[in-house]
Amino acid sequence: MRALPTPAVLTRILRPDRPEGSSLPIWLTFAAVFAVAWLVVGLAGGSFVTLANLQNIAQRSVALGLVTVGQTMAVLAGSLDLSVAYVVSVAAMVASVTMAGDPGRIPLGVGAVLAAGALVGLVNGLVITWLRVNAFIATLGVAIILRGGLNATFDNFAGAVPDQFQVLGYDVLAGIPVSLFLLGGVVAGAWYLMHRTRFGYHVYAVGGDAEAARLSGVRPHRVLLAVHVLSGLCAATSGLFLASRLGAGAPWVGPDGGYDLESIAAVVLGGTALAGGKGRLLGPLAAVAILAVVDSVFNFFQADPFLRTLVRGVVIVGAVALYSYRSERDPHPGERAFRLAGPRSGSRDVPRSGSGDVPRSESPDAHGERG
Amino acid sequence: MTGERTLPAPAGTVEGGKPGARRGLGRLATIPPIWLVLAALLVVVVWRDPSFAEPASLLAFVKRSAPLLVLALGQLFVIVGGEFDLSVGALITACVVVAARLGDGDPGRTWWVVALLVVFGVLVGLTNGLVTTLLRVPSFITTLGSMLVLNGAVFLWTGGSVTGALADNLRVPGRSGITGLPVVGQLPYAVPIVVVVVACATLLLHHTRFGHQVLAVGGGVRAAMLSGVGVWRVRTATFVISGLSAVVAAILLAGFAGLSANAGAGYEFQAITTVVLAGAVLGGGRGGTVATVGGALTLQMLFTLLNLFGFAKPLRDSAEGLLLIAAGAYTAYRARRSS
Repeated sequence: MRALPTPAVLTRILRPDRPEGSSLPIWLTFAAVFAVAWLVVGLAGGSFVTLANLQNIAQRSVALGLVTVGQTMAVLAGSLDLSVAYVVSVAAMVASVTMAGDPGRIPLGVGAVLAAGALVGLVNGLVITWLRVNAFIATLGVAIILRGGLNATFDNFAGAVPDQFQVLGYDVLAGIPVSLFLLGGVVAGAWYLMHRTRFGYHVYAVGGDAEAARLSGVRPHRVLLAVHVLSGLCAATSGLFLASRLGAGAPWVGPDGGYDLESIAAVVLGGTALAGGKGRLLGPLAAVAILAVVDSVFNFFQADPFLRTLVRGVVIVGAVALYSYRSERDPHPGERAFRLAGPRSGSRDVPRSGSGDVPRSESPDAHGERG
Repeated sequence: MTGERTLPAPAGTVEGGKPGARRGLGRLATIPPIWLVLAALLVVVVWRDPSFAEPASLLAFVKRSAPLLVLALGQLFVIVGGEFDLSVGALITACVVVAARLGDGDPGRTWWVVALLVVFGVLVGLTNGLVTTLLRVPSFITTLGSMLVLNGAVFLWTGGSVTGALADNLRVPGRSGITGLPVVGQLPYAVPIVVVVVACATLLLHHTRFGHQVLAVGGGVRAAMLSGVGVWRVRTATFVISGLSAVVAAILLAGFAGLSANAGAGYEFQAITTVVLAGAVLGGGRGGTVATVGGALTLQMLFTLLNLFGFAKPLRDSAEGLLLIAAGAYTAYRARRSS
């Protein structure tokens, strides 16, 4: 006799529209964007699908992709992390100063970087859970503190990473950049953690409703601490990659890359609700890949970097507007009931869909106020 | 048991809870703590540099604080209404750059340049508001998008650098003052401007129907909606107010600091910091204009103090971050205690 699939698996087969959404539409969008890019560059007489260009796109995605993995976990738990850009810088500096060009110190450098990232994440998490500071304010505060510390200590490139470490940033293994293996490993680990372990379900539970999760026996504070440590670790890994790419750390690598706001934009583009609890881990990565493809097209045409900024802003807002339009057409059952009961059903003044009245990450009592 | 338990103030009241009749020391506890922090900082500054207490330097201090103060008051409306505006820094830069490019140092053009900036600010605010409310994009994303669009568009237009010059009469409000007065010597124009802006903001937020609607929307969208408040209209209006405040801040900053390609950089987060220092809650429903004035002055006073002690500029950032977290923690603590 064949074993029957467990109910959870059965549900997944029968109902592909999981409550937390699916990353498939975003990957389809990626495919469409990729095809259009191929066509446009091809018509202009270039060749888009060359090994070099694909490798270039992949390299571009790595730094933002690593940060985005951590940011996605934080946002899924109903929090957010504005400190990632400066964690990237701190990590790059720690890596290059600790290694100081000595191949024997690579393990030490990597260890120090991961410890620094975890420490910043821990501080973020503690400020949010112990002091009950709103995540936006807490991580913004930590970001400003790190910025001050960085700029007071360094004003230019410092230290150096050994040549052996630059393998991570430049080498290609079987046609695939080494850094892509790093991103792949981190993504695989995070995907397993989010979608196949108890911890992952707890993250969704806390992001969906911290108080309900607490009453069901989940400890929201621990989950929030953990996601912030993970987010710090991911940002630190991104800093390692950038240090390896640049050969030395510079205090401006993080903020200049705009990793804080761009990673949040990628998370939202990837179908993750800013309020938490809804979205898949792979969605934001598809968004990062889309942004990298668009960048590469702009590069091909040598477009003005300011035009690129402008287009990026329009794309981000437009895509999110499209999402909310779609979820508007198919609101949650609860919300539909509310609207029917409301005195002005169908009027313009319905509350914003999806996230309830206030984005959860912004409300002061989201993180288990009485926990 | 002290028997000191007062009933919690109804949610969404102005300025949080204000227990009515307290006397003596108890009264001290009713002063918003931001003023105590400001007073403490002032005492230390005056102790280190007695000349700071002279009216002229105090007025110069207000002048320095003016752009942030005006900007924070605009941000306050948006935050009290339950949203964010991250685009104001980029809007300030855009205004300064546009004024320089169009005005080109010609005083005759100043009036229509200012009029254009006001229209521009209103349009940016209106776009932010309508995209947030009607298209239902979270304001974090909307205003992040308009920040990118503004940064991109303005420098695309000027070719990547700042061109032109700011007319002298445009710089007057932020730079000069009424001279020859007794006692104070010079009264910077920025001071009366700030007084007018604060008065208008206070009237609007705390003494009009619209202000109460903003507080109501921030306190709870559904409750406000069911009470007949046009939520999207109110929220859109808060973004327009924020856009206008950025224009005023830009004009003050243009006079004070001059033309620069990163004139407004970082101001969006400083404005949010100020509003949080003033005890407003991100997510809406709580906050006051007078406390926001205290917040802006405190932040500027902190910078002055760190300058006096000879700290490098980067460490001012770190101190600002610590103050931000402390203020957030205090607000959260007070909210827990009163609920």
